[in-house]
Amino acid sequence: MQLQYELREGRLTAHVSGELGHPEAIELMARLSRMIEDHLPGEMELELSGLEFMDSSGIAVVLQAARKCAACGCRFWVEGTPAQAKKVLTAAGIHRLTHIR
Amino acid sequence: MKKGEKRNEMTMRFLSRSANEAFARTAAAAFIAQMDPTVEQIYDIKTAVSEAVTNAIVHGYRDTLGVVTMTVRLFETGLAEIVIRDKGCGIEDVHKAREPMFTTGGAERSGMGFTIMESFMDGLTVRSRPGKGTTVIMRKLLDVKQQA
Ligand SMILES: Nc1ncnc2c1ncn2[C@@H]1O[C@H](COP(=O)(O)OP(=O)(O)OP(=O)(O)O)[C@@H](O)[C@H]1O
Ligand SMILES: [Mg+2]
Repeated sequence: MQLQYELREGRLTAHVSGELGHPEAIELMARLSRMIEDHLPGEMELELSGLEFMDSSGIAVVLQAARKCAACGCRFWVEGTPAQAKKVLTAAGIHRLTHIR
Repeated sequence: MKKGEKRNEMTMRFLSRSANEAFARTAAAAFIAQMDPTVEQIYDIKTAVSEAVTNAIVHGYRDTLGVVTMTVRLFETGLAEIVIRDKGCGIEDVHKAREPMFTTGGAERSGMGFTIMESFMDGLTVRSRPGKGTTVIMRKLLDVKQQA
């Protein structure tokens, strides 16, 4: 799992790539959380186009980032979701709780 | 689900280290590839195996190190059967554990693992005894090309 991010005009974009299982999710949750606190962006995009695999561990990552953003009054969405990750998020009903593209 | 004649089988045993989660799901996907299923079906199995193996490691052997066993059986009918077993803490109430959003893992987990195994596979059986361990049996019928 790799994480790269950019901050442009109040928008924080976090690009996550590689495989996202349980150990990677633990690390990613901590890093995203810190990133949101440090930058307090107006909006945040979790960009997953480089993601090769995700299991339910990734659901907790999305939910935690969405919750954190909501608490900071920051708009949050998921962008570029590959088919496999979309299937996981949809099976869990996450598309009803947050915007997934 | 009709099984038919067995075509191939493999078993692997590994320690309940987090690094083995990626190893186990990749191994299962590679073994099943010989059946020539669709890419989506390989991903479905990879995802379901990741759920069951991660559960064995993070819940079954929460505070200890133990052995996880994974057996994959392939049948001529196109059926794939995967059995993942741990000798960890076991589950008090399997029915409750299988409900969406039930978790004992706190905010780190979403409680959706069993829901995903159920929706990605064609059959899921969970046997567990507190203090003895847990066995998860998953079945999926693959779209396989007929062998010449
Ligand atoms: N092998 C196991 N040994 C002991 N308990 C287990 C095992 N597998 C599952 N459980 C119990 O069942 C619960 C539900 O499992 P499930 O995979 O659905 O969700 P989770 O692992 O808590 O969260 P997620 O999979 O979404 O990250 C777990 O929280 C745990 O209490
Ligand atoms: Mg789980």
